[in-house]
Formats: sequence, C-alpha cells, structure tokens
Amino acid sequence: MPKIIYVDIDGARHECNVAKGVSVMEGAIQNGVAGILAICGGSCACSTCHVYIDAAWADRAGAPADIEDSTLELAYDRKPNSRLSCQIEVSDALDGLVVHVAQNDG
Amino acid sequence: MSVSIAPIVVVGAGQAGQQICESLRRGGYEGGLVLIGDEPALPYQRPPLSKKFLTGALEAERLWLRPASYYEKQNVELRLEARVERIDRTTRTLYLSGGATLRYAGLAFTTGTRVRALAVPGAEQAEIHYIRSLADGQRLAARLPQVRRIAVIGGGFIGLEVAAIARELGKEVVLIEAFERLMARAVAPQVSAFYADLHRSHGVELLLSTGVSAIRSNGDAHTVVTDSGAQHTVDLLVVGIGVLPNSEVAEQAGLECRNGIVVDSCARTSDPLIVAAGDCTWHMNGFLQRELRLESVQNAVDQAKSAAASLLGQPSEYCQVPWFWSDQYDVKLQIAGIGMPHDEAVSRGDPAAKAFSVFYFRAGALAAVDSLNRPAEHMAARKLLAQHTALSPAQAADSTFDLMALARA
Repeated sequence: MPKIIYVDIDGARHECNVAKGVSVMEGAIQNGVAGILAICGGSCACSTCHVYIDAAWADRAGAPADIEDSTLELAYDRKPNSRLSCQIEVSDALDGLVVHVAQNDG
Repeated sequence: MSVSIAPIVVVGAGQAGQQICESLRRGGYEGGLVLIGDEPALPYQRPPLSKKFLTGALEAERLWLRPASYYEKQNVELRLEARVERIDRTTRTLYLSGGATLRYAGLAFTTGTRVRALAVPGAEQAEIHYIRSLADGQRLAARLPQVRRIAVIGGGFIGLEVAAIARELGKEVVLIEAFERLMARAVAPQVSAFYADLHRSHGVELLLSTGVSAIRSNGDAHTVVTDSGAQHTVDLLVVGIGVLPNSEVAEQAGLECRNGIVVDSCARTSDPLIVAAGDCTWHMNGFLQRELRLESVQNAVDQAKSAAASLLGQPSEYCQVPWFWSDQYDVKLQIAGIGMPHDEAVSRGDPAAKAFSVFYFRAGALAAVDSLNRPAEHMAARKLLAQHTALSPAQAADSTFDLMALARA
C-alpha cells in the first residue's frame, strides 16, 4: 500500500498506509487525521478536506480540475498548492506524498 | 468511598452523534462517553445511500465516518443495536430495550428521523423500498440489478437521486410526484422546471400533480394506481416522501417538542443537562433568526458542535448558513441559505448549458442561492450570506458583475 504522510492542524505527522484507489481524504478519515472534516463525504461540495501539497510533490500530485478549482477559489487561506484531498486518488505514483492539512474557517 | 461519575450519553449514532463525541474530546472532555445507536453499523454517511452507493461501487466501510479504532482510541463506548426506550430525568437514567439501564451526567439526543410511510391501500403488503439506513441502501442496491422497471414515488431530493442512478443503471423509471413541481419545498419554480427537463431528457417518465391512490401487488409485479385511475406496473417500488423526527423519547420525558425536539440557538433543551442536535431538532438558527427543522449534514455537524460546547459549559451559538447538495446525473446542485419563501428569484448563467445559479431575495436581502454546476458561485454565496453583504437582484443577474470580488471584500 502506498504511504501518505499527513501533517495535521496540530502539527502532528501521521505516516499512513492507504489503499490504492481511495482518496487522500478517505485515508485521512481512516487514520483519524485531525482537521480533515470532509463534511460532504468526498463529493467536492464543500472544501473541508483542504490540504496543501508539500513542495517536493507539487508536480506529481497534479493540478485541480475545474470543479475542484472553483470550489477552492474562496476557500480559507487558499495557496497555489491547495487541493481538495477528496479529489486526489491514491496510487503507487503518490507513494510517500506529503500533505499539510489546512485550517477551516467554519 | 469512591464515587463513580456517570458518563455523557449520546443517543443516536449518526452524523450529529458522532460529531458531538468528536467535539467533546477535542474540547478536552476526558470523562465517560457513551454513543448509543440502534443500527448494527458504525456511524456512517447517509447522503451516498441515495446516490453512488446504489451502483454497488462503494463498499459499506467507505461510508464510516471514523474507523472502529477511532472509538477505542478516543475512549468512546459504542453501544450499537441498542435502543433507548425512555429516560427518567429525575434520576438521570436511560432505560434501554432488553432491560439495561444507564445513568448519565449529560445527555444528547441525536436521534434523527425516520421515513414517512406511504399510506395508501396495498402499501403495507407491497415490497416498498425506503432509503434511510445503510440496510435500506444495501437492500435496494442488491435488488436494482434484478429489475427492469421502477416506480419512484416522491419528487424530492431522495426520489430524484434514486431516479437518476436507476437511469444510469439502465432501468426504466416512472417518477410520480403529488405536487405540480419537483423539490417544491426547497427550490424556486425555475429550478424545478430545469430538473423536470433534465430527468425527462434522461428518459424518466415524469408524472407531476399525480397522487397515488393504491398499490396492488401480484408476486414480483407491483401496480401503482394513480388518482386519475392510471396504472403503472413495475418490478420495484421506491418511496421518498419525507421524514419525521424521532422525538418520542424526549417528548415522553417531558421535553418540549414541536416538529422535533425544541432547542435554543445553543442546542439546549429546557433541561440544563440535555442537548439535542441534527435532523431531530426544532431549533433557533442564529443566522436565519428563525426557528426551523433542517435535514442536512451541515446542520447535523454544525449544530452538534454547539451541542458539545453547551455540554462542556461553554455555550456557542449555532448561527451557520445552511447548505445542501444533491448530485443528479452530471449536475451538482448546491444550495446556500433558505430560499423559501422569497419575494424574488433571479437567474445568472445558462440553464441550457446546465450551469447557472438562482438567487433568492427576501425582504430586500439575499436569502439563498441555488448553484447548478457553479461551485464558485456556491462558495461565494455562502460568504455573501454569512457576511450579510448587500447585493441587489440586478447585480446578481448581471453576469459581468464580479461576485467573487464582492465575496472577498
């Protein structure tokens, strides 16, 4: 299983094995990563699974699709490396991915 | 002499119940915590049950709000398949089915809702699918591959989402709605009309202003008899005609109930030891400045945070902008605010391109926005509403007016 490294809102680092094919958000929920709320359950309808992609992974994690980009547009503290973790599918190519959980404003 | 301190007990293991437990622990509560649910499953997300879950592409485990290990780590005692029969507020005791009792130091009702049953002759004898629980979703998901033609009774969110999935699975669908338009409680006529066209264009036989007078079952064949006398014979019946709050236990304990358990803007009942949150509450929303009952994940989560804060003795008002979503075919509907009733509704964007928003105004102010495949406008709407930003109907309808800039301001 690919390893995903989450740095949560309290600064704690979680190294988690996450099954291929599920989302980075689901991996966070399964491993109790603080700050990933995922209120809409991964249907790209809120922005409560907002993460920042670690600089070393910026190229490999890809850019958000239009609907994700629009949902992020007014997200709290959006940055160029912002993504919605529900829209990133875990794969071997992302083994070792580091994401930093963003604060929610709500 | 040692004195054992009773736990906080949360009755109802849905989204609100789980959130109260989570917020209590995050808020520093280290005492006993019991979460009671009447289903066998771990607390799970309900919205996918009328959507993607029905395709069979989603295992039940992917609906869990938290894994089993979470409850152990957080020292939350999960009591599943347990039902609270009554409570005694003078002795602070819960009576569970099977005879067990449990004392509480604080109590939360997050009992949710149950489906409204179709009450026409023949309905009780027919195999009718309702969707509320995981078990309901699993039963329907298992039956769908076996059938060719489906009747969906009820043109609200649940019925329409099921109709869309059924069409995507290649089933013939007749959808029967008693009112003259779809989702009439929630959206303006132009949104209803868009969805009627959308479903018809996907091959749904849509019958509006059509009541159901009887169901006749003959083996696996069910005939829906409408009030005009027409008969529609199908292999499967799905009914989504609303829900009722589960407030009986609270009511029998003498707590005020009025279309739900009555709570104030901090999720408190009239008993200082008891809070309630989620679909089961008739509550004051500080943002809307009115009392209402809402059926949504947002309400469950945000009100649960207030309920937990009250249990911790740090009351925090629930005043969030309500929001909702519905996925049907390739259209994502996102609703911010409460648009009904309204004085005026204006559109922005292009319904023909399946991308537009409808802005609702009440008493001269923006009240709600329905966004269809316009996620940026939905997020802008939530900000505009929360900030009470002034916006005129003319500005909302003007596609050159910069809503994003206004929301950021």
